[in-house]
Amino acid sequence: MTALDSRRAARMRAVQEDQSAHQRPHSERVLRIAVPLAILVALLALWEWYVVAYEVPHYLLPGPRLVAQAIVADWAVLGPALMVTLKITFSALALALVGGVLLAVILVQSRWAELAVYPYAVVLQVTPIVAVAPLILVYAPTTQSAILICAFIVAFFPVLSNTTQGLKSVDHNLLNLFELNGASRWQTLFLLKVPSALPYFLTGLRISGGLALIAAVVAEFAAGSAGAQSGLAFRILEAQFRLNMPRLFAGLVLISAAGVAIFATTSLISHLLLRRWHESAVAREN
Amino acid sequence: MTSPSVVFDRVDKTFSNGTVALKDVSLTVQKGEFVSLLGPSGCGKSTALRLAAGLGEVSGGAIRWPRAEAGRVGQSGIGFVFQEPTLMPWASVFSNVWLPLRLAGTSKRVARHEVMDALSLVGLDGFAGAYPRELSGGMKMRVSIARALVTRPELLLMDEPFGALDEITRFKLNDELLQLWQSLGWTVIFVTHSVFESVYLSNRILVMSARPGRITADIPIDAPYPRDESFRSSVDYGGYCRQVSAALHRAMEVRAA
Repeated sequence: MTALDSRRAARMRAVQEDQSAHQRPHSERVLRIAVPLAILVALLALWEWYVVAYEVPHYLLPGPRLVAQAIVADWAVLGPALMVTLKITFSALALALVGGVLLAVILVQSRWAELAVYPYAVVLQVTPIVAVAPLILVYAPTTQSAILICAFIVAFFPVLSNTTQGLKSVDHNLLNLFELNGASRWQTLFLLKVPSALPYFLTGLRISGGLALIAAVVAEFAAGSAGAQSGLAFRILEAQFRLNMPRLFAGLVLISAAGVAIFATTSLISHLLLRRWHESAVAREN
Repeated sequence: MTSPSVVFDRVDKTFSNGTVALKDVSLTVQKGEFVSLLGPSGCGKSTALRLAAGLGEVSGGAIRWPRAEAGRVGQSGIGFVFQEPTLMPWASVFSNVWLPLRLAGTSKRVARHEVMDALSLVGLDGFAGAYPRELSGGMKMRVSIARALVTRPELLLMDEPFGALDEITRFKLNDELLQLWQSLGWTVIFVTHSVFESVYLSNRILVMSARPGRITADIPIDAPYPRDESFRSSVDYGGYCRQVSAALHRAMEVRAA
C-alpha cells in the first residue's frame, strides 16, 4: 500500500470516528433545533399579542394560550380521536409497506406480472381518493374499514414505485459478479437487490408516512363519520359546526404534531439504516 | 506448457442490436500465462473477456475451459476484476471479499481465515471493518482484487482494472499484481488500452482491431520476470513498446481502411 493511501485512510477513519462520537459539529446541531424553535416562539408571541391587542373574539381566532388550554381541557374528546386517526394511519402504512414491497418483488421477478399489474397500480394512484371514497364507503363493511382502505390506497403507491425502481437500479457489474459466482435467484434478491433498493424504499416510506396521515384525515372528511369511533377529522368538523374555535385549532395542532412525528421517525429510521454507507446520509467535510 | 486454461475456437459474437463485437476469434491461453488483450475502444476486448468468464452466449464457434471442466465442480475457478471496483457500498470490506465464498455457502466463521489472507495479500490488513466509501480509489481496487483471489481462481480475468487510477497508484498496483501472479501461479487475461502497461505486465500480447473485433497480432514479450523499475527504463522495454505500438497502429489502420 502506498504511504499516500494509508495516510489518507487513517485521516478518513479519524474523521469517521469523530463523526460517530457526535454526528455533526455541536453548534450546527444546536442551530438546527434553536432556529425553528425561536421562529415558533416568535410567531406564537405575535399571534397572542395580536389577539389580545385587537380584542379578537374567541369564536373568530383564539390565542395560542386558549388553544393550549383546549388541548388539555378537551383531551377526553381529542385524545381518543387522535388514537383513532393514528391507528388508521399506522395500519394503512403497515399494510402499504407489506403490500408495496411484496408486489414490487413480484413485479421485478416477473416481466409478465409487471406488464399485467403496474398500469392498474398507476390508475389506482392517479384517481383522487376523495372521488373513490364514496364508492368504498358503500362496499366496505364499516366506516372505519373504508377509511383504512382509502389510506392504504394512497400510501401504497409510493412504496411500490420506489421499491420497484430500487430493485431495478442494481449495478450491472455486481449482477454479473453474482452470476459469475453462481448466485441463486434468492441470493441475488436478498444479498444484492434488497440492499440496493433500500435507499429507494426508505424514500417511499417517508412519502407514504405523510400520505397515510393525510389520507386518513381526508377519507374521514369524505366519510363524514360520527360517534365514539371517529377520529380527529370528525372532531374538527364538529368543532367548526359548534363554532368551538379553540378545539378546532387544538385538533389541527394535534394532526400537525402527528405528521411531524411521523416524518421525524421515518427520517430517523432512514438515517440509521443508511448512515454507514449511503451518500445521502454521509456528513461531508467540504 | 501444453495445458490450456481457456480456448476460443472461431468465436463470433453479435449483439441483439446487430453490432458485430467479435468475428472469428481463435485463441488459446496456456496455464500460467499473463496475456494482455490490447486494442482501441470498441474492438471487443471487454466482450471477449466477459465471454471467457462465461458471461453471455457466443453467437458462433465455441469456448472451452479444459482445466475447469476437469476440476472443481460448482466453482468456476475463474476470478473477475471489473473496470470499476464494483463493491457493494452497504457492506464492509470483509463482507465484500467474503461474498464469493458466501454465495458458495461458506459461513462467515469458516471464511474468516481466507478473507483475511486475501486482504493481507493485497496489503489491506486492518481494513476489514472499513466501508468502501472510506477507501481511496487504489484501495477499492485492491479490495476488488482480494475478492477475485479469495476463491483461489486458476484463471484471473481483468477488465482494464487500473484504467481509472492515477499513474503512481497504477505502477504500484502493476508491481503488486505481478508479484501475486508469480507467487500464486495464476493464468491472467488482462484487458487494457495502454501499450506500456501491457508490455510491462504480460508475456504475450494479443492486439485487436475493431469493427468487427478480431485479433490482428500475437506478440510474445520474452523479458524475464521478476520485472521492476529497471525493466521499465530498459532498452528491451522500449523496443517492445515500439513493436507493440506499431502493431496497434496497423490494427487501427485496418479499421480505417
